[in-house]
Amino acid sequence: MLAARAIQEQGIYVEGLNFFTGFCVEGHTHAIRKKDQNRPKRNNALWVAEQLGIKLHFVDVVEEYKEVLFNPKHGYGANLNPCLDCKIFMVEKALEWIRENDFDFIITGEVIGQRPKSQRKETMPVIARESGAEGLLLRPLCGKNLPATTPEQEGWIDREGLFDFSGRTRKPQMALAKRYGFEEYAQPAGGCCFLTDAPYSVKLADLWKSRGEKEYELDDIMLLKVGRHLRPKPEFKVIISREEGEGKFLQGYKNQYISLKTTSHAGPLALLDGRVEPEDLELAARIVARYSQGRSAEQVELEIREKDGTTRTLSVTPMPPHEIQKEWQL
Amino acid sequence: MSNPDDVVVVDARRLLCPMPVIRVQNAAKKLSPGARIKAICTDPGALNDIPAWSRINGHKIIEITSKDDEHIIILEVGEQ
Ligand code: SF4
Repeated sequence: MLAARAIQEQGIYVEGLNFFTGFCVEGHTHAIRKKDQNRPKRNNALWVAEQLGIKLHFVDVVEEYKEVLFNPKHGYGANLNPCLDCKIFMVEKALEWIRENDFDFIITGEVIGQRPKSQRKETMPVIARESGAEGLLLRPLCGKNLPATTPEQEGWIDREGLFDFSGRTRKPQMALAKRYGFEEYAQPAGGCCFLTDAPYSVKLADLWKSRGEKEYELDDIMLLKVGRHLRPKPEFKVIISREEGEGKFLQGYKNQYISLKTTSHAGPLALLDGRVEPEDLELAARIVARYSQGRSAEQVELEIREKDGTTRTLSVTPMPPHEIQKEWQL
Repeated sequence: MSNPDDVVVVDARRLLCPMPVIRVQNAAKKLSPGARIKAICTDPGALNDIPAWSRINGHKIIEITSKDDEHIIILEVGEQ
């Protein structure tokens, strides 16, 4: 936001790009969880673009991003976040975009030292070089601490109008936001996607392990954001909604997964993901019953729905909490 | 100018934001100014995102209706 405004101040026309990898934190979980429904559901990228008065283009990189995530040349961060490779990839995509759309250079809001792994003085030239952008990548917020880029050398912009921010402190950014008249300035201090989230990364690693390869579809990674995940057997896992909003969301998947719903008592909706043998259904049903209002009842009745819509009823004894193994819970 | 009666339907049901916006954006790219898009969404976030995206990219919202859990947003494509 600040980087874009700094360049606009120099009379340069700017448009925004937002890359959608499927792991973006934006909106998703808010939209799913009912208790969050009163929170503002604005998309931050759109909001920022509107504040700046610039156009914003979303770029769907879900498929291409897989390669970045599966084999990050520079490795993962604290969790499954391949931040450095991700940044290189995004700048590479931005480069493609500016070439197709007749723009002259790329700006990012990076600040040296702000992120421990991907925003260090040594990584800045790596991103510029490996993305192929080289001198066409300008970081207005810390540009004074970096060698001059093409826009400066060519005189398109004035280096004096750039900044020399560095480190984890956000004070200079706050002050600049104030100077620009931005009343609200919200930059996430952590990562911008679910891959920086430890519990999420555990679930993703489990998904890969169970499938024997690093693979996923968009639906898989959306479902990792929702519900309680338990894997009672290596071949399948149970995804159990934790409240109404999640139940509604999971309902949308009932033609792709076997689903279970308690009928004798109020309870969650659950999906079974993986290879489920007929004898596994009772095990799954007992787990689901444990999370229903009938958890202390003798018997709980559930409806089991196959993907083709055929249903049948199963009556089970809810699994006592001590039988739910710790290692099942992802 | 296209005939406003030609409405391109974008079915974004079950998709979570920003996917509905991306689908609408991709549909708009192929259309000329004046053409209309009808987006059917289930994520209430689209009620904010599609109008915001339209405002900043020069498209015009014509109508927004919601029934049960489905939201229909009709917009007119502007100059691109
Ligand atoms: S936190 Fe940001 S840079 Fe890191 S992997 Fe996620 S999207 Fe990429």
